[in-house]
Amino acid sequence: MTPFSYHKPASVGEAVGLADVSSRFIAGGTNLVDLMKENVVRPERLIDITGLGLNGIQATANGGVLIGALVSNAELAWASVIEQHYPLLAEAILAGASPQLRNMASTGGNLLQRTRCYYFYDTGTPCNKREPGSGCPARTGLNRIHAILGASDACVATHPSDMCVALAALEAVVHVQGRAGKRQIPFADFHRLPGDAPERDNQLAADELITALELPPPTFEDHYRYLKIRDRASYAFALVSVAAGLNLNGGVIQDARLALGGVAHKPWRDPAVERTLIGQAPTQALFTQAADALLQGAEPLAHNGFKVPLAQRAIVRALSDAALGAKARGATS
Amino acid sequence: MSANSPQSGEAHPLRLTINGQARSLQVYPWTTLLDLLREQLDLIGTKKGCDHGQCGACTVLRDGKRVNACLTLAVMCDGADLVTIEGLAKGDELHPLQRAFITHDAFQCGYCTPGQICSAVGLAEEGRACTREAIREQMSGNLCRCGAYSNIIAAVEEALPLMRAKANLQGGPRA
Repeated sequence: MTPFSYHKPASVGEAVGLADVSSRFIAGGTNLVDLMKENVVRPERLIDITGLGLNGIQATANGGVLIGALVSNAELAWASVIEQHYPLLAEAILAGASPQLRNMASTGGNLLQRTRCYYFYDTGTPCNKREPGSGCPARTGLNRIHAILGASDACVATHPSDMCVALAALEAVVHVQGRAGKRQIPFADFHRLPGDAPERDNQLAADELITALELPPPTFEDHYRYLKIRDRASYAFALVSVAAGLNLNGGVIQDARLALGGVAHKPWRDPAVERTLIGQAPTQALFTQAADALLQGAEPLAHNGFKVPLAQRAIVRALSDAALGAKARGATS
Repeated sequence: MSANSPQSGEAHPLRLTINGQARSLQVYPWTTLLDLLREQLDLIGTKKGCDHGQCGACTVLRDGKRVNACLTLAVMCDGADLVTIEGLAKGDELHPLQRAFITHDAFQCGYCTPGQICSAVGLAEEGRACTREAIREQMSGNLCRCGAYSNIIAAVEEALPLMRAKANLQGGPRA
């Protein structure tokens, strides 16, 4: 690792006061320390935010919950309020990483793990995300794991989080604080598509810190599914993942959410496609139409064409499982 | 940056408890917990496999929870209570998991074993794995390139109730 200085502020105000483009906040460190070991990221200062007390999970006035940025992924997945009222989120978190990493990784850090690919990690190759303007070898190189939606000439990397796919479906709100004050960012606007600036994964300014994540009142408590398709049974990134949530009444869909992981620079959602499900009976034909619509703009690369039919089938299966309901399908989470 | 801010290259004081023993140390901010254990404290039971959080050979218990020491900065462990493989046995009395690994021959080369055992201790404390399938899933952060998985799972499966019984006897959740 390239040497850096270490700071442990006692307040959020002090933390954001220390931050600029040459610093990084650190909590769990599971992605950042790894990137620093590879010299992909070389901050001059690390600002340890683990003393800021952002550790609680509390009810909000409107019936939702506010999750402190430092709550670990394991604590969050196993919190009784999340298990009981947001099981889609619990299922997604437990599909990600390993038990060790989930003990370390924080809620805020999960959002801020880098959208990445193996060229991003390999400092012997160009990468527009690592060194803007240097080129993208993935577009014409090995691109089996890469994006099929929303990519650009500059970058075809995918966001690796499972948790964020569920948060997109649940329409979480990200609470941030910077030197200019506080603001709240709807989840759909938090992460970026690469465009011509793939070095930026999200909308945060250098001095802005995620302080909490807000979930709206519980929904999809029985009719949900996080389905993750990967190369091995556990502990691998998604080739394709699907977060599906349905509200059903009298055999008719009242509300629907559908988000994809492993296919784009950010969790992929299209509310217009979700609206086509509302007012309909949950049938395989309907779900197939929705899957086709969500994947209509897919532009696979040389080695990842398989992701299009894989995603299509995964969407139909996730929506079918969600329609069946967790109790009926015997889910334990 | 103010004049009295920490500078690059400066060592930081670190106080922690390792295997029940209080230690006062000085560490550079880029020293990982794994390198601290192995290089400065001669606790070489914790292994360096991939050094990227992918293999689990470096698994230790931090405040009772299993973590990857290779991705943990030592400077961030101030005040922590750490247990490594060296801290599990009580004198000559092996930890139930250590005994179970021997009984089931749950290794070939043994390199991943300290991490496997510490990870299984963490798994037991979490109390979430009640079936063989759940144990397999929740041990997925520990790779064994010899492929001794079936014996590892058998060892963990056998030791889990023993650890629960022991914890009940001692009136605490710790294994």
